[in-house]
Amino acid sequence: MGFRKYIPVIVTALMVVGLQIVLSLTGATYYLTQITMSAYYALVVIGLCLLMGYAGQVSLGHAGFFAIGGYTSAVLTTCNLIAYRDNSLIAWCGSLGLVTQWTDIYGKDILSFSPWAALAAALLLTSLIAVLIGVSIIHLKGHYLAMATLGFGLIIYRIVLGAQIFGQADGISNVPPFGLFDGLQVNGRLPFRTQNYYIAWVMVITTMMLAINLIDSHIGRALRSIHQNEEAAHSLGVNTYRCKLFTFVLSALIAAAGGIFLTHYNGSIGPSEVTVMKSIRYVAIVAVGGMANLWGALFMGILLNFLSLRGVFGSYDDAVFGAILIGIMLLAPQGLLRKPDFRAVLSFLSKRSHG
Amino acid sequence: MDNTFFETKNLHRFFGGLHAVNNVSVKVPQGQIKAVIGPNGAGKTTFFNLIAGTLWPQEGEILFRGKKITAQKPHVVAGLGIARTFQTTRLFGQMTILENIMVGRHLRMRSGFLACMLNLPQTWSQDRESKARALAILRDFGLLECAHETASNLPFGRQRLVEIARSLATEPALLLLDEPAAGLNIYETKELAELILKIRDQGITCLVVEHDMSLVMNISDEVIVLDQGVKIAEGPPRTIQRDPEVIRIYLGDDHAQNIES
Repeated sequence: MGFRKYIPVIVTALMVVGLQIVLSLTGATYYLTQITMSAYYALVVIGLCLLMGYAGQVSLGHAGFFAIGGYTSAVLTTCNLIAYRDNSLIAWCGSLGLVTQWTDIYGKDILSFSPWAALAAALLLTSLIAVLIGVSIIHLKGHYLAMATLGFGLIIYRIVLGAQIFGQADGISNVPPFGLFDGLQVNGRLPFRTQNYYIAWVMVITTMMLAINLIDSHIGRALRSIHQNEEAAHSLGVNTYRCKLFTFVLSALIAAAGGIFLTHYNGSIGPSEVTVMKSIRYVAIVAVGGMANLWGALFMGILLNFLSLRGVFGSYDDAVFGAILIGIMLLAPQGLLRKPDFRAVLSFLSKRSHG
Repeated sequence: MDNTFFETKNLHRFFGGLHAVNNVSVKVPQGQIKAVIGPNGAGKTTFFNLIAGTLWPQEGEILFRGKKITAQKPHVVAGLGIARTFQTTRLFGQMTILENIMVGRHLRMRSGFLACMLNLPQTWSQDRESKARALAILRDFGLLECAHETASNLPFGRQRLVEIARSLATEPALLLLDEPAAGLNIYETKELAELILKIRDQGITCLVVEHDMSLVMNISDEVIVLDQGVKIAEGPPRTIQRDPEVIRIYLGDDHAQNIES
């Protein structure tokens, strides 16, 4: 309640603008590209934070949902329907604005589904799969849920790697930019760099607002109560199954949205986005961020992905995230950036300054 | 229609070869405090779990306000107006006392996932009302000063109170208390007795599993005795105290014969 919870949102927005100004003044705008990509990865982390940190349900398959979003969008916006142009169904889709004609970088005419139609289809498909998976596994607890979601992630990875339609090991390239509104488009090319930095951050901040509202509401309290004592929550009238399922689907949808936008931004998607190590990376980031701490997850999501994209970890990239996860589980199983710790540090400092 | 407020008919529950609840039929009139006693392993908590929907009976029926509620999920049972506490307190340890109580208000909240995410005006007006109600409950329980305390930091006796307050926040018609006096000292037990009577006076029917005999005999209108899953006696506390069968299971055959002679 109250509007105090939105103060960090405003601070973040100001910092985002400030960072862009500083980077453009210092001529280091090339950083914006990696920050934009990190922001889309951070979306996945925010969704996973809701599921893991608040509802207490582990998912080792979130790269799978990211991929379902990204690949669906990529397939639908790159499939060339030009041969079927006269087909009545395609013509009907065209009259609804669902298909568009464009020219790829080789000058070839392509008739494909519009990015908006692809986005809708991708989100629909993600929710469908998330509901199907969720209904069958969400009653599992602890390690069993982790194993089941891990299995899901592996299946998606093998499908992507094996199916011709997903480009097998090459992935899908040549994904067109996503024209959002007049002049605004998700496009990784140089002239669109600053614009896309802001598009990504609007996405992130909007998602954060929705997530903050959710955890601050009675449903957020219900989720935390499930995390801490499921039987007691159930006996107080919380429909634990439905709450967990909804959160699972919601977090899958957020991951898929990240996948869709990043695919249009990069102009491509490949199987490296779907590996189990990617899923583990998201889990590690939520853990470092403090589990039930959305802002910690966002901060770490941006920072660690940025460092990784800048190549700071070199060829030890996956090893670093694995090590982070092990380190957190051993040394701070509750997470690193925890709110109670901050409060303790603050009260300690204030005591020191008074005494 | 049968006007019995709450009733179980021939409940059976097996765990493998163990007949944990054996043909238990109980009637609880509205506004009573009914105690369930019996030695350890008599099936008292299993009996509670069957009512609350945590476990489902293999045979038998549970009727609440004339409606069959057998084999419903716990949240459905809670929604019908049956709240419970647990033998070992199960607070949400990392949440504040106020938040614990507010989870008890969950059933009365009407806004769904989307409304909560968008923080629609109806969501926050409901939330504000829920907070006010939770604070009022805490004031009644004398827990107002620790409203913002983390639940796990509270002393044990207080945690018990919070758990009872939390279950009352669901506005139940029937309250199931599973050994509310376990681990409390004699002063706290006395306060608990007053509290249970006060809850009864508010019109909430209470079904209490308890080991503390002085508490049971002081507050309950009627007592049921379970032994090895079977109901062996039922009646007002005074009658139960003199029942030879009850004395036999608690104190052994010798005592029962002494009293009878």
